[in-house]
Amino acid sequence: MDVSSFVLFWAAIFTSNILLTNFLGMCSYLSVSREIESALGLGVAVIFVLTATAALNWLVYYYVLIPFNIVYLQLIVFIIVIAAFVQFLELVIERYAPALYYTLGIFLPLITVNCAIFGVSLFLVIRKYSFIQSLAFSAGSGIGWLLAILMLAAIRRKLKEKLVPQGLQGVGISLIITGIMALAFIGFSGIVQIQ
Amino acid sequence: MSKKEIFITSAFTENSIWRQILGICSTLAVTNLMLNSLIMGLGVTFSLALSGFTISLIREWTPRTVRMMVQTLIIAAYVIIVDIFLKANLPSISKQLGPYVGLIITNCILMGRAEAFASQNAPFDSLIDGIGAGFGYTLVLVMIGFIRELFGFGSIFGVKLLGSWWINWSIMVMAPSAFFLLAMLIWIINVKFYKPKGR
Repeated sequence: MDVSSFVLFWAAIFTSNILLTNFLGMCSYLSVSREIESALGLGVAVIFVLTATAALNWLVYYYVLIPFNIVYLQLIVFIIVIAAFVQFLELVIERYAPALYYTLGIFLPLITVNCAIFGVSLFLVIRKYSFIQSLAFSAGSGIGWLLAILMLAAIRRKLKEKLVPQGLQGVGISLIITGIMALAFIGFSGIVQIQ
Repeated sequence: MSKKEIFITSAFTENSIWRQILGICSTLAVTNLMLNSLIMGLGVTFSLALSGFTISLIREWTPRTVRMMVQTLIIAAYVIIVDIFLKANLPSISKQLGPYVGLIITNCILMGRAEAFASQNAPFDSLIDGIGAGFGYTLVLVMIGFIRELFGFGSIFGVKLLGSWWINWSIMVMAPSAFFLLAMLIWIINVKFYKPKGR
C-alpha cells in the first residue's frame, strides 16, 4: 500500500468510516448512544485504545509473529494484547487519575469486546500498512467512530419526544437513522479512496 | 427443558439478532452475497456449538475470576479452525470475508451464549443451544443476503435469475441498505410475533 498517511487518516474518518461502511463496533454503538455524555466518554476511550492497540499489534505482528513463523496464532495473540492492554490501562488510570477513572473507567471493560478495536488490527495486517500508516488509519478510525456515535446520540435525544411506531422503537429506529447517516457519508466517497 | 425446546428457544423465541440485538456487525457486513452469508453463518454455528460444548465441559473447574479470559481463548481456538479451514478450502470466499471471520471472536453472540447458557448447563444442552443460536443467526443472514443479492446483482448464489431487463440497484450492495433491511426485519418480526409491551 503506497497511500500517504495523511490521506489514510481522512479516508478513515469519512469515506471508509469504520462504523458506517465497515459496520464495526455496532454493539456498543447501539447501547451507549442514549446519552451524549456517555457517548463522548466511550468515544474518547475508543480513540485512545484503538490507536495504542493498533500500534502494539503492528509491532507484535511484524517483530514476533512473522520471525517466529506463528502467524496462524494471530487472532488469539491480538485479542490477548487488547485485553491485557485494557486491563493494564484500567489499573494505571485507577491508581494515578481517580477522577478520570470515574468518568472513563466504566467504559473500559466494554472496549475489550468492541469489534472496532479488533477489526482495525486485522485490517492493518490484511492491507499491509506500514507503521506510520497504521497509526494514521487507527487514529482516523477512532475519530470516525466517535463522530458516528455522537451524531446518533444527538439525534436520539431529539427523538425522545417524537412518535415512533411501536415495533420500531429503540434499536429499529437507531438502525434506520444509521442507514440515513451512511447514505449521507456516501457523499464523501468521491473525495479520497482507499482499499 | 427438552433438547427440542432448547433449540426452538435459542433459534427463534430468543433469537440473538432480533431479540437481543447481538452480533450485528457481521450481520450487516457480509450479507451482500448469499454465499458469503451462508458460509459466515455456518462458521458462526460451528464455533458457537463447539465453544458452548467445551466451555460447559470445563465449567466446574473454571475459576470465576478468569472465566471471561478462558471463554475468549476457547472461542478463539475454534474461530482459528474456521479461519484456517476457509483459507485452505475456499480461498476466494476467505478473501472476501476478510477480517470478518476473525471478528467472530468478538461477536457478542458467542460471549453471550457462553455467559448465559454454557457456563450453567450440561455439555450436550449447550451444544444444542449453540446450534440453535447459530441457526437463528444464519437464518437472518440468509434472509438479508437474499434480498441484497437479488436486488443488487439480480442473482442468487451467483446464478443470474433476473434477465437483462433488470437494472441493478447499486444501493443494495452498499452499506446503507444493510441498515435499512435489518431495521425493517426487526420491525416486521416485532409487530408480527411479539405482543407490544405496555410502555
